[in-house]
Amino acid sequence: MAAIPREAWEGCSVLLDINDGDRLAFFRLTPAATVKVGNRTCSLQPLVGRPFGSLFSVGPSGLVPCADAPSSRDDTTQDAADGPSQDETRDNRSLVDNNTAQNLSSDDIEAMKRDGVSGDEIVEALIANSSTFGKKTLFSQEKYKLKKQKKYAPKVLLRRPSTRSICETYFKKSPARTGFMRVDALSLLLSMANVGPYSDVLVVDMVGGLVVGAVAERLGGTGYVCSTYLGSAASSIDIIRMYNLSSDMTTRIVQAPLSDLCSLQNSVDVSSGLNDSIQGEAQEPTAVPVENTQPSVPQPTDTAVPDEKTQSPKEQSIDIDIPEPLLDEHINQDGNSSLDSKGDEDGSSIGPKSLKAGKAPSPERMKYWSEHGFSSLIVAAPGHDVESFVADLLPLLSYSAPFAIYHQYLQPLATCMHSLQVSKMALGLQISEPWLREYQVLPSRTHPHMQMNAFGGYILSGIRIHNGDACNGSK
Amino acid sequence: MMVPLDPSSKPTSQRRIAEGDTVVVYERHDAMRAVAVLPGAVLQNRFGVFRHDDWIGRPFGCKVHSAASAGGGGARGGKGKGGGFVHLLAPTPELWTLVLSHRTQILYLADISLVVSYLELVPGCLVLESGTGSGSLTTSLARAVAPHGRVCTFDFHDQRAASAREDFERNGLTSIITVAVRDIQGQGFPEEHTGAADAVFLDLPQPWLAIPSAGTMLKQDGVLCSFSPCIEQVQRACEAMRSCFTDIRTFEILLRTYEVREGGLKGATTNEESNAVPLAQKKRKLLAAAETLDVKQNSSSVMVRPCSTARGHTGYLTFARLRVHGN
Repeated sequence: MAAIPREAWEGCSVLLDINDGDRLAFFRLTPAATVKVGNRTCSLQPLVGRPFGSLFSVGPSGLVPCADAPSSRDDTTQDAADGPSQDETRDNRSLVDNNTAQNLSSDDIEAMKRDGVSGDEIVEALIANSSTFGKKTLFSQEKYKLKKQKKYAPKVLLRRPSTRSICETYFKKSPARTGFMRVDALSLLLSMANVGPYSDVLVVDMVGGLVVGAVAERLGGTGYVCSTYLGSAASSIDIIRMYNLSSDMTTRIVQAPLSDLCSLQNSVDVSSGLNDSIQGEAQEPTAVPVENTQPSVPQPTDTAVPDEKTQSPKEQSIDIDIPEPLLDEHINQDGNSSLDSKGDEDGSSIGPKSLKAGKAPSPERMKYWSEHGFSSLIVAAPGHDVESFVADLLPLLSYSAPFAIYHQYLQPLATCMHSLQVSKMALGLQISEPWLREYQVLPSRTHPHMQMNAFGGYILSGIRIHNGDACNGSK
Repeated sequence: MMVPLDPSSKPTSQRRIAEGDTVVVYERHDAMRAVAVLPGAVLQNRFGVFRHDDWIGRPFGCKVHSAASAGGGGARGGKGKGGGFVHLLAPTPELWTLVLSHRTQILYLADISLVVSYLELVPGCLVLESGTGSGSLTTSLARAVAPHGRVCTFDFHDQRAASAREDFERNGLTSIITVAVRDIQGQGFPEEHTGAADAVFLDLPQPWLAIPSAGTMLKQDGVLCSFSPCIEQVQRACEAMRSCFTDIRTFEILLRTYEVREGGLKGATTNEESNAVPLAQKKRKLLAAAETLDVKQNSSSVMVRPCSTARGHTGYLTFARLRVHGN
């Protein structure tokens, strides 16, 4: 079995890239799914079985696969490059913007559409009837042609959802939902936290589940993702539905409140010798968490509880303020109906699968983590003061385990780093900020992109260390 | 172990340092080294002498002190308790990138993390890499595709290939990483991998010579990455990609770091307080002193500024997808 599926299948999640990034949207390939391109609503059925990376155009009967050569913008560029170099000396000194260059009227164009003329032919007609096209530079001609193609001959690219494309899409469409996390920042989080096979990764994900999904994809069905949350309401991790995670990967995503993890840790510390007591404590997570039943040990955890309660409404308001705006309103309705349809048809297989993600971990698993610790920690809580709960999270890690904390503001990480330095809980502490620049590379036209996103967030990384009795003795 | 290949070898709090383990000895954030733990061996640095036998059985992440009996005779012996210390860390690809011996220029964390993400590597993938260099990226690629994936890395320098193979063997990665000596620019990739690679990474002086071969290795919609320091290399590489690659994108990624310290900023009122002190009566002096202390306490805070030095340029990363043939 291939590690990465290369063809779209019925029921899978896909990312459609319409007109080279002008519009990006996630869809689920159900029989009733449709996408609206321009004025036309097309069924997504022609995409089933096609390889990811396929390009489609919008024909009279819906989405039609494109032939290789004419569809590629790169080919156009190559043809332009082959042109005589003499043409490249042309300039715009004789061009006047008087709105009379195009001889075809809008009525003529509408008539061509009604007659069933293909979009490509309309574009060719527009070029033939432009009195100034021949005088433009090759670059201007290319831009003109591309602009008309996007309007009259739109292209739909079938893309496989991956951490890279999902993060880029959310960053472009609704960056506030994912805490303004750019794809290079997410890449750094995964590397700095050493996410790899058989890792047990503790995650605080308040960016919709983007980090949980990215970690699960990296684990590939080995290890666990334990998504913890503050207070009693679990953070939303809906974005993991965009990933096509297998059932094995999905069942390894568990959710547990931070209070449960901390109380179990404390009980182990207090009565490590009493197995019965440990088992008794371990049974708690399977039940609905009730604050009153928690042990009243005078630990920092207890003092943090009021803060967590205060923060809960904020979390809920955050979720409410930002529903998924990724789908257009019209398509959202289709999306809803397709989800219902999915439930009807594949209820036995897909329903349980979606329910499996975010289950509470088993008592044995909780006990294992309290004794052995997590392999690494990732925190993405861009709306919170992370210092208040990182001190609770670090004791849950193994010794020498790396951690990475993402934030959209610098000051909370600086305060957190300072407190970690003073408490000597970690070393190798570093605050980093990635800077990413994209380039256009074309013959004689190579330069950085004129527009770039100047900010991708900050990351505090470090390694938890052992603060044993020997250290205390020496002091 | 650098990358756990089965659940029993993963690092946890219960795991202890054993004979034969590689540990990263951490002195300071810019002073680390990788050491193989051997019975009877000692490590010497400016903080003192450390016996490996003292390390065995301790957990990773612990702090160890130098042997008190060593060093400057009686005087040092008398101050045995005041000896230096280091921390022993479990190795990871990130720490390995910081401690490995440089046989070539290497890729660093920011470039490596972007490469792994943009190549869309998950466990089970097959990655081809050339050249191997010092093995900095290779180790991160191995972690991304383990436990069942493969990294096939090629270098045309016999000795560097042998040194890299030794490093991978020492780090327990031989079941994932295979090293071969081969001139990819001249010969292309071996035919056994045709149509089998999920991703190809090139760090070569003339990558445009290898790109046609990379195209034949990749599965459809597979991702190619080429790393080049000079923009002219990028231009020629992009030209070579146009025939059978799409979605060609070129990036540069840099990392800026910040330093944090606690301190105070002087306010204008402080001068007034200090000026007033000599003129005040005894009682007023006490009040003034108290106010000054209050001011100082209030102005103390955690402050952060960017580090003055940063890596200004590493290279351009060009990513492209193998074109999927329609109809």
